[in-house]
Amino acid sequence: MIIEGRVWKFLDNIDTDVIIPAKYLNTSDIKILAKHCMEGIKPGFSELISEGDIILAGRNFGCGSSREHAPLAIKGAGIRAIVAKSFSRIFYRNAFNIGLPLIESEQIVETTDEGDIIKIYFDDAKIINITKNLIFKIQPLPQFMMTLIADGGLIPHLLKRGKW
Amino acid sequence: MGLTITEKILAEHAGLDKVTPGQLIKVRVDLALANDITAPLAISAFHKAGGKRVFDKEKVALILDHFTPNKDIPSAIQCQKVRKFALEQGIPHFYDVGEVGIEHVLLPEEGLVLPGDLVIGADSHTCTYGALGAFSTGVGSTDLGAVMLTGKIWLRVPETIKIIYKGRLPKWVSGKDLILYTIGNLGVDGANYKAIEFSGKAVEELSMDGRFTMANMAIEAGAKNGIFIPDSKTEDYVKERARREYKIYRSDLDANYFLIKEYDISSLEPQVALPHSPGNVRGISEIGEIKIDQVVIGSCTNGRLGDLEVAANILKGNRVKKGVRLIVIPGSQKVYYNAIKTGIIETFLEAGAAISTPTCGPCLGGHMGVLGPGERAVSTTNRNFVGRMGHKDSEVYLASPAVAAASALLGKIASPEELE
Repeated sequence: MIIEGRVWKFLDNIDTDVIIPAKYLNTSDIKILAKHCMEGIKPGFSELISEGDIILAGRNFGCGSSREHAPLAIKGAGIRAIVAKSFSRIFYRNAFNIGLPLIESEQIVETTDEGDIIKIYFDDAKIINITKNLIFKIQPLPQFMMTLIADGGLIPHLLKRGKW
Repeated sequence: MGLTITEKILAEHAGLDKVTPGQLIKVRVDLALANDITAPLAISAFHKAGGKRVFDKEKVALILDHFTPNKDIPSAIQCQKVRKFALEQGIPHFYDVGEVGIEHVLLPEEGLVLPGDLVIGADSHTCTYGALGAFSTGVGSTDLGAVMLTGKIWLRVPETIKIIYKGRLPKWVSGKDLILYTIGNLGVDGANYKAIEFSGKAVEELSMDGRFTMANMAIEAGAKNGIFIPDSKTEDYVKERARREYKIYRSDLDANYFLIKEYDISSLEPQVALPHSPGNVRGISEIGEIKIDQVVIGSCTNGRLGDLEVAANILKGNRVKKGVRLIVIPGSQKVYYNAIKTGIIETFLEAGAAISTPTCGPCLGGHMGVLGPGERAVSTTNRNFVGRMGHKDSEVYLASPAVAAASALLGKIASPEELE
């Protein structure tokens, strides 16, 4: 699997309340959630991005509540992957479960600027910054996670494989 | 090498003799829970995965606590979806308005969570039940939907950070102050993916209410679970509530810890988390004069009878400062009832507080006390992220019920000492 897109950068400790404020949790409608994605920290974000863009962030991305509405809003807005220095654990599970791949890497986040185009090669465990012509190795995802993403998340995975 | 309490509970539920940190295991779940925000998505996931019947209707709890009594039409529709599912499935542990309490106050009180249990909840504060010596952790809706279907979940065995609280609790220092201090010290991701084991003389002194408060906020340091070794207080709490067998686990003396920390808390003062992070913690004497507009006493963190009692004792015979709105939210119907019987509610009313039916309400900016631009609140809740309680330009200061009550009287963030 390969994902190529333009980078949007965020800092450390981006919490689920700024990703999708609780006033929008009275719905599970992905279109509504997507429209308000990142409203607590970057209002209008969903208007700025294009389908296929990638978020780069600092430490502890997605900390706070267990609301799956957070990764759903991000995915619904068109973001195809998130690279961060680290993720909070519930967000990490939620993102893979809904088919949004995450990569942990300090180096790429440090050296990539907003607007750069990067290309993530999941199978080869590398990322290329096309704008800056730099190549980074990444930790390969566990096979289980790769299968989850390939299947489109936990539910399609359960349907397809019949079990865990 | 011995095992920690967390490792023992996980091993038992995985059907293994032992587990080691980092290992991926599949475990059986004793209780799966979701609320009015997370259950609708979990129910969708359950149906999409082909679910017809939940794995065991006695082991699923659905609690309509966040935006109830329905704050608006979309919230009402979400509750309808959960209500319909609970009826169809014949789920006995379904809690609707009139019976409902805040999930993490209600379920232990009802005896639905017991020592040694493995609990999975679609709510990040599910870690609260560690106070009983259970393993409990929060997940999202899709995970919960799969648990409702299969009764199982995969988990990575966490490393454990052991924290030993030494010394005796100073007068106005509570479980809330200990956990705020801990989050300030570890950082908001200091325990990410890990278990926190709370121990030492100071936490043995704490009531069960104080221990629930501490385990509740383990997630605020990123932890997967926070846990206490059960003692006689735990047994007293559960023996009058339990309607099934339970098992007490204790960490082995030679258990392996990722990190052991010791805090001497004998001279700790009340702690406050300043905006906009639960890790931005200071001793109350260091924060200067901060005027406030609102005080909230309640939530899954501090909505238990002991919390209300501490606040009421400070408020007794006094009036809330003009210009400050005090909102008190008992965590469950039982807490509410007992607060009436013991005169606590009367004290709150005489002090000029507004009392709400149990709800998560303002904690997450839902209803019953949403903040406007520029407004400041002192709150006994658990998070103070940007916009958490309302407008993105509002501010939340997290503190204990004692500090919240003193602040309501003085109109600024204050220690109860200032009233003595």
